[in-house]
Amino acid sequence: MLEINNLHAKIEDKDILKGINLNVKAGEVHAIMGPNGSGKSTLASVIAGREDYEVSEGSILLNNEDLEELAPEERAHKGVFLSFQYPIEIPGVTVTNFIKTAINESRKANGLDELPAKEMLQKIREKAELLDIDRKFLSRSLNEGFSGGEKKRNEIFQMAMLEPKLSILDETDSGLDIDALKVVANGVNKLKSQDNAVVLITHYQRLLEYIVPDYVHVLHDGKIVKSGGKELALELEAKGYDWLK
Amino acid sequence: MELKEKLVASFLAFENKVSVDTDSNVHDIRSNAFDHFEQHGFPSKKDEEWKYTSLKSILKHDYNVFPEGESAIEFATVKKYFLHEIDSYKIVFIDGVYSSFLSETSHDGYDICLLSAALKQPKYKTVVDHFFNTIAAKKSSITSLNTAFSKEGAYIHIPKSTVVPKPIQIIHFSTGNEAELLLQPRNLIVVGENSHVQIIERHQSLSGNVVLTNSVTEIFANKNSIIDYYKIQNDEKSASLIDNTYVQQKQHSHVSVNTFSFGGNLTRNNLEFFQEGEYIDSTLNGISIIGDKQLVDNHTLVMHKHPNCESHELYKGIYFDKSTGVFNGKVIVEKEAQKTNAFQQNNNILIDDGATINAKPQLEIFADDVKCSHGCTIGQLDSDALFYMRSRGIPKKEANGLLLYAFANDALEKIKIPELKTRITKLIAKKLGVDLGFDL
Repeated sequence: MLEINNLHAKIEDKDILKGINLNVKAGEVHAIMGPNGSGKSTLASVIAGREDYEVSEGSILLNNEDLEELAPEERAHKGVFLSFQYPIEIPGVTVTNFIKTAINESRKANGLDELPAKEMLQKIREKAELLDIDRKFLSRSLNEGFSGGEKKRNEIFQMAMLEPKLSILDETDSGLDIDALKVVANGVNKLKSQDNAVVLITHYQRLLEYIVPDYVHVLHDGKIVKSGGKELALELEAKGYDWLK
Repeated sequence: MELKEKLVASFLAFENKVSVDTDSNVHDIRSNAFDHFEQHGFPSKKDEEWKYTSLKSILKHDYNVFPEGESAIEFATVKKYFLHEIDSYKIVFIDGVYSSFLSETSHDGYDICLLSAALKQPKYKTVVDHFFNTIAAKKSSITSLNTAFSKEGAYIHIPKSTVVPKPIQIIHFSTGNEAELLLQPRNLIVVGENSHVQIIERHQSLSGNVVLTNSVTEIFANKNSIIDYYKIQNDEKSASLIDNTYVQQKQHSHVSVNTFSFGGNLTRNNLEFFQEGEYIDSTLNGISIIGDKQLVDNHTLVMHKHPNCESHELYKGIYFDKSTGVFNGKVIVEKEAQKTNAFQQNNNILIDDGATINAKPQLEIFADDVKCSHGCTIGQLDSDALFYMRSRGIPKKEANGLLLYAFANDALEKIKIPELKTRITKLIAKKLGVDLGFDL
């Protein structure tokens, strides 16, 4: 599904990614771990198409299509979803209206009619229930005054609504207490299928107790320095990152 | 002939024509104002208060200063300029002349009518003598010009303990029958103790012909009264507006003036609040969204003279193309005005490289136990927010529009008439060139 070959990226002449190779197949969950400043969030942003970064070498393919020339919204229309570490507050636009706009823009781009209001409502209800989201919450302004946990839950709610092929969850566990973490993890697990894939970006092993990865990769100084199975995460938890440098 | 000379030459003829009650002091008020204007003329950029706004280009026209012709307009053609979704009182003028056909006035329990009538008829004399031209600036030559030629506009007098059940719309249309037209409406609004009124004011040109409106409004809010005032400035690009509004508030009164500036050539708002009592709340809100070479200048003044009062000022500006914004917000807290809470916020977004904003907060605080704050920001759209929305599949243009809408939103939240809020929201969406894709 996702194929990253020798990816180099920089921002304002500062090299951040220095040759990443990653292959994620449909139905798989990959975790990318690493210390602060190793390039984890940059990798997530580059896959989603953030224009502040310049890809100087290498390629990102989604289902064999090169993403290089595609704008962030076009990547979203092709099924890429990025859950933000720090979701943005948008006053005056409710959660419901925002997600309706996002879904209908994607449908429009894919040659589909707008989702009928009734179906939209049904879907919103269903997904809100999945993530234990109160209906009142949906008519609040997007992320405005939300707690850290509410913001992250709302990110996963949007993921559930958009039904992406590739979901990249950037530090979704940060700022969550254990109950919120369980709800979020449970939501992600329920959304997993043989047709989609998840990339978890995390600093700690904690999240991986609830969303069990098929593969774990360690990122250090812009490169993947070690890959392994889920047991690698436990090893990192015990030994820290220093032994890999 | 220069516009000033033309106006000076017309004054005597004007004074002879308007019938004045000999007992009234209005004649003296006009004459004094005329002398002041003749002496000082139009303000120039040398004047500190007009440093960023030049009137030069709009004064060069050969304006007809006394339009006489009564024009009729079909309601259907101008319906869209009214807030027609709800029932309202209407005071409508066409080329400066009252249109009884389009208006809906009242003398039932309160007076919602014409200034010309109030100036002529003896029964209004007490109110007119007590209030007329008492708070309009004596040192502003542009206000003096209006005063000198004042004869028509809205007259609203709400006695005490009265809630006016529906909003009042004051609309000035210009038809384009005159190639170049100068309008000088004059409004007098007096609201009694414990009374409540909502007013919407609009100046609308119906053609591409040049119009200059120099409007003066005096608003008096008595004890415990509530006034919500909305100004919709979305005129043609050939129309300019100098809007001078003066508000006097007595104790425990709440007055808000909301100014939505989305169009016109040059728009200058002089908005001044004078607090004459304790526990007064004054609110000044504004949203400006302009492009091309348009200019919107908001000059505000809040005079805190007594203890325990508040003022809340929030102006948002979005500037496209080569447009110019000016914000000059003066807050004066006099020595006696202890426990004042005065908040001022001015946020601007410059979309294009050619757009300009001149922002100048001025706080003069002479009391020592007060809470005053001011903040002024000038920026571009937040790139993190833009990326966030695009990563959810919302295209750049729509994402931009949504973000700008979100930026203006807190000033929009203050609108207390739901139908008007919907209207303004739609106007903003249109102005930002986006279909927000949902009902707001």
